[in-house]
Amino acid sequence: MSMSSKSGTAGLSRRKFLQVSTAAGGGLMLGFQMGGALAQAPAPKKYVLNPNAFIAIARDGKVSFQIPQEEMGQGVYTSLSQLLADELDVDLANVTPLPAPPSDALYASPKGRRQSTGGSTSIRGFYTALRQVGASGRAMMVQAAAQQWGVSAASLRTENGQVIDDAHGGRKLSYGELAPRAAKLPAPQEVTLKADKDLKYIGKSVKRLDTPDKVNGKAQYGIDVRMDGLKVAVIAASPVVGGKIARVDDSKMKAMPGLQLVALDDLVAVVGPNFWAAKKGMDALAITWNGGENAKINSDAIWRDLEKGSQQKGAIAKEEGDVEKSLKADRFDAAYEMPFLAHAPMEPQNFTVHVKKDGTCELWGGSQVQTATVKAASDALGIPLEKVTFHNYMLGGGFGRRLATDMVTKSVRVAQKVDGPVKVIWTREEDIQQDMYRPAYRNAMSASLTKDGKIDGWTHRIAGGSVIAAITGGKPLKDGLDGDAVEGAVNIPYAIPNLRVEYAQTEPKALNLGWWRGVGPNNAVFAIESMMDDLAKKAGKDPVAFRLAHLGNEPRLKAILQMAAEKSGWGKPLPARTARGVCAQHAFGSYIATITEVDVTEMGKINVRRVTSIVDAGRTVNPDTIAAQVQGGLLFGMTAALYGDITLKDGRVQQRNFNDYRMMRINEAPQIDVHVVPSTEDPGGIGEPGCSAGPPSLVNAVFAATGVRIHRLPIDRTLLASRKIA
Amino acid sequence: MVTLQINGQAHTIDAPDDMPLLWALRDIVGLTGTKFGCGIAQCGACTVHVDGKAVRSCMLPVGAIGNRAITTIEAVGDTPNGAKIQKAWLDIEVVQCGYCQSGQIMSATALLNRTPNPDDSDIDAAMAGNICRCGTYVRIRQAIKNAAKSA
Amino acid sequence: MSKKNFGIAIAVIAVVAAGIGAWMVMIPGPTAFASGSTVALADYKDANPTGVPKEMENASLIARGEYLTHAADCVACHTAKNGGQPFAGGLAFNLPNIGTIYSTNITPDKETGIGNYTDAQFLAALHQGKRADGQNLYPAMSYTSYTYMTEADALAIKAYLFSLPAVHAPAKQNKLSSPFDNRSLMGIWNAFYNADERFRPNTAQSAEWNRGAYLAEAMGHCSECHTPRNLAFAMNNRKKFAGALTAGWRAYNITADQKAGLGAWSDNDIATFLSTGHADGHGGAGGPMGEASDNSLTFLTAGDIRALVVYLRSVPAQDSDLPRTVNTPAPVSHREGVTAGLDSRGEKIFAGACASCHDWTGVSPVSKYATLTGARAVNDPSATNVAQTIIAGVDRTTVNGKIFMPAFGTAYSDDEIADVANYVTARFGAKGAQLTAKDIASLRKQVAQQ
Repeated sequence: MSMSSKSGTAGLSRRKFLQVSTAAGGGLMLGFQMGGALAQAPAPKKYVLNPNAFIAIARDGKVSFQIPQEEMGQGVYTSLSQLLADELDVDLANVTPLPAPPSDALYASPKGRRQSTGGSTSIRGFYTALRQVGASGRAMMVQAAAQQWGVSAASLRTENGQVIDDAHGGRKLSYGELAPRAAKLPAPQEVTLKADKDLKYIGKSVKRLDTPDKVNGKAQYGIDVRMDGLKVAVIAASPVVGGKIARVDDSKMKAMPGLQLVALDDLVAVVGPNFWAAKKGMDALAITWNGGENAKINSDAIWRDLEKGSQQKGAIAKEEGDVEKSLKADRFDAAYEMPFLAHAPMEPQNFTVHVKKDGTCELWGGSQVQTATVKAASDALGIPLEKVTFHNYMLGGGFGRRLATDMVTKSVRVAQKVDGPVKVIWTREEDIQQDMYRPAYRNAMSASLTKDGKIDGWTHRIAGGSVIAAITGGKPLKDGLDGDAVEGAVNIPYAIPNLRVEYAQTEPKALNLGWWRGVGPNNAVFAIESMMDDLAKKAGKDPVAFRLAHLGNEPRLKAILQMAAEKSGWGKPLPARTARGVCAQHAFGSYIATITEVDVTEMGKINVRRVTSIVDAGRTVNPDTIAAQVQGGLLFGMTAALYGDITLKDGRVQQRNFNDYRMMRINEAPQIDVHVVPSTEDPGGIGEPGCSAGPPSLVNAVFAATGVRIHRLPIDRTLLASRKIA
Repeated sequence: MVTLQINGQAHTIDAPDDMPLLWALRDIVGLTGTKFGCGIAQCGACTVHVDGKAVRSCMLPVGAIGNRAITTIEAVGDTPNGAKIQKAWLDIEVVQCGYCQSGQIMSATALLNRTPNPDDSDIDAAMAGNICRCGTYVRIRQAIKNAAKSA
Repeated sequence: MSKKNFGIAIAVIAVVAAGIGAWMVMIPGPTAFASGSTVALADYKDANPTGVPKEMENASLIARGEYLTHAADCVACHTAKNGGQPFAGGLAFNLPNIGTIYSTNITPDKETGIGNYTDAQFLAALHQGKRADGQNLYPAMSYTSYTYMTEADALAIKAYLFSLPAVHAPAKQNKLSSPFDNRSLMGIWNAFYNADERFRPNTAQSAEWNRGAYLAEAMGHCSECHTPRNLAFAMNNRKKFAGALTAGWRAYNITADQKAGLGAWSDNDIATFLSTGHADGHGGAGGPMGEASDNSLTFLTAGDIRALVVYLRSVPAQDSDLPRTVNTPAPVSHREGVTAGLDSRGEKIFAGACASCHDWTGVSPVSKYATLTGARAVNDPSATNVAQTIIAGVDRTTVNGKIFMPAFGTAYSDDEIADVANYVTARFGAKGAQLTAKDIASLRKQVAQQ
């Protein structure tokens, strides 16, 4: 199959691009730039990409790609390079991926308006677009060679960064040689993409480009930034949201040489020559906070609010059939709850900032939102966007934490008081206690079954805080709806004739909310798949068979669920208190069927033995990366299901570090088998869906092993101890 | 002033005795491959070798090291087992974000130094102190076994 | 009468009966073990064993009071956990079957502290266990030890306390079950168990010994934790310093016992342990002893520490129920050693959360304070202090800097903590503990909390 589509052009002049790339400071070799004449090209009808912004070819043939998305472990540097290199027809070994500078105009995903790496959108957004960019570049190389040799472009072919003229003895010109001529050509208005059979990199598990430097210590993350005169600051923000400094006693800190106290209304920082000095200075401070009203909030109160919220009618996100009528007979009610969660990426939050005397500001750090980072700094300083330069680095984990810019704002505020550049580092305790937390949710659900054990009616009311409201500064939601909060619930894969999904916005006090890997579907899939298991039991059906019976409209999910059952040995006998649990989901454009096997000790300790996941992510770019993302996502989700719980006492987050915000370790990790099935459907997202697939299959396995249904995460193991011990 | 033997070179640095080695490496010597993760020896991101043994540098004061040989991620590839582990890591694409991997590799190399053919129990004992938030554990286990088998 | 009240009544009768029994046979005084005879302080001819050390004799009253306040370790009980204001009280003592008592505010706040106390009232509190309003204090306040303190020293402490900023901190309401909520009953108890006499030097002992005795008994009140109590909760000096369980922590045998007392410790080990809360080969002080070290003993002069060593050395050996301390490290490999083949639950958690600092050998690669080998707690098969340390962690500020171990009590369940404590005592100590989740739950309840 070949895809033909119009290639885009962008109304940006070459000069503009040069400015942008200089600002990036990435040392680009601009031997060739496509689209030098693009300013005269017809205005694009809709969103288009400027190939110029993505590809640079040096005279020696080395190719750099400006990667719009952030590399945070999901392999996007490699997969986006695969898309470009395949169509450009260059050797991937000659490609250097570089972080693109901040620019919504140049680098926003065709699926979004902002430059942002989140929501499992990179491949979905850029799959076709970057192939077109690559194909445009290749066409221009061919055109340049045709001009130079005075032959028809149609008679030429390309291979590994060279244009070859078979009709003339196979003479060759390298892209590096052609670059200056190609740079003067207009970009083609239409390109033909490679046929599937000709693809060299796309769909292949090629080696990742970012990993060699990650095994020898050379990879640079934001926290690794070094420069002359760099100071280091340790920060402590009010432990209660909205709190202010009441008093700072710095008498002991003052006795330590080389330290500077920065006290700003709601945050304190100690600046020193290195982290250790600053940390000791911070430890020597006695800070008294005035927490205000929020200092009265405890977790219990938030759970009570959520319960109340779930008893109120919510905004209707979806309604089909006659729900009231269908629920009249033999109705089953249940509630499933999810706690607040911190992200805890391995690289604690940090930003390096130099607020300069000339009114400009330079930033170094890792962010999932490059342009929003610039805006946050510009807002904090009250200076125009152009005065802010941002150097983006590898992320030591994102998971949604670095979609927020609170760490940029705080760092800039500290840096304003510091002479010269300062690296502001969050301790792990500060990182966990000053997060933008995944909201807690309560899902109030009801369902009824037909006589033959099919679901007839279904209501799903989700009560919880809105991340969308949080990031828009608490603006009222349009029609009371938050599309993210109900994602996964409105697109439930099961065929149910009478169905209603509601969102009951219930904002928690004293906690800031943010995106967390797996976002809305984490909650919805957990609730749906728990409910499906409960209903299967009520109907007296096998959990897999019960789901299959409702997947008439979802052949892709049905197929992989059958495959998962087969590969996991579903139905084969297991020892006592050992069982399998299932989760079937459609989220982020991908399908995953997961079967998890656990055993539960007499004391209620859960051992996760084995996980089998079958993935249909549509067309793939790098199947091994898909498998890796699902493996990792499963463990990320299961860690939360087993341990993740952010609680509040007197308005303060009680968890501090990995001793009390616990992580699954290698000796708890199960064997995981991920199978990626071939598909010619549109590519799906894969960074997040593994995350939502883990917890439901885990609690359903626990249910099968013990008969105990878990209604709130994390799993309270004391509920699982066998009766003779309890 | 403290003198440390780092990657075969003596470094005399101006640091108080109680400064953890991690910050001496990162902020003074300029070796940033060793990572800060938790500061309380719960995550392993800061693992280095002291006389060939895996040690959490975030809790090890420089004043307590003396003349013992420190090896960091930047130089572990010069050792036979370090090179084997690094290669095994790349061969099966263990790494995701990579932030914890310096520590993982240091722990895994120390394991091979002591136990040339580790089984699952050895791997659990040596690696359970290293947290990976991306969830690369399954591949870490496989890569260690592959490295042990490689020549 | 409910079942519960009936039980309490029986307990009260038992306590009173036991108290009378004890009275009949007379519990010896704290220093009665020593040979020789005692005289009133005024009649003692050798160097004065009370007051501040010689080098501080000319210091101001407040400076002397500060030294003595450290020596008496008032701050330990009169400060709430987790950042409570020093001396402002609020620390909870959870007494099983009795209830909860809160320490009070001893800052000079006139309304909620002791700002209105006269000298006589202050002395009555320290010597007789009487509040300013004449009501009895509970013996959670160590007045049965402080009663041996000289008036001059007590008033120097008062002068120091009155020099501190007043903190407004109303007393928390004690939660005591009947009959313990009746303070007047303490009067009877005091008649039995509070000697209400000042320190009497022993003429047959050295001046150094007498100084050590004064510091240990009248000031540092070592006995309050280290001497077992009888049924009426009075210190049983017949088993002086034999070790006891106090507030959920085990205070160890500090007699001359070779096996598990201080018999096998050198003078230098004891001195170092007292002044720094750690001695190589013997482990570190945790829990309340860690606090005693950091809040009190570390401030004592080298001479006073020496005097304490001399005095401790003289206490006769009391048999200990602890096995002989194991001083050899465990094997390098987790597969070897006494834990090989044991249930792996504790080992699994140890591998993830503990081995990084404590190593599989028990000898810490990062800090001598984290070495388990030889530590008393690890060699205690009850694993009481091991479990408490796992639950609460260690956060000490010592003369050698900060000593830190994270607290695992919130994210790890009772059965997990039991598993780890059992594993640690088996692998690194003399005998593996057999704690269960229920034991851990009980230990959690006993500790002093905010």
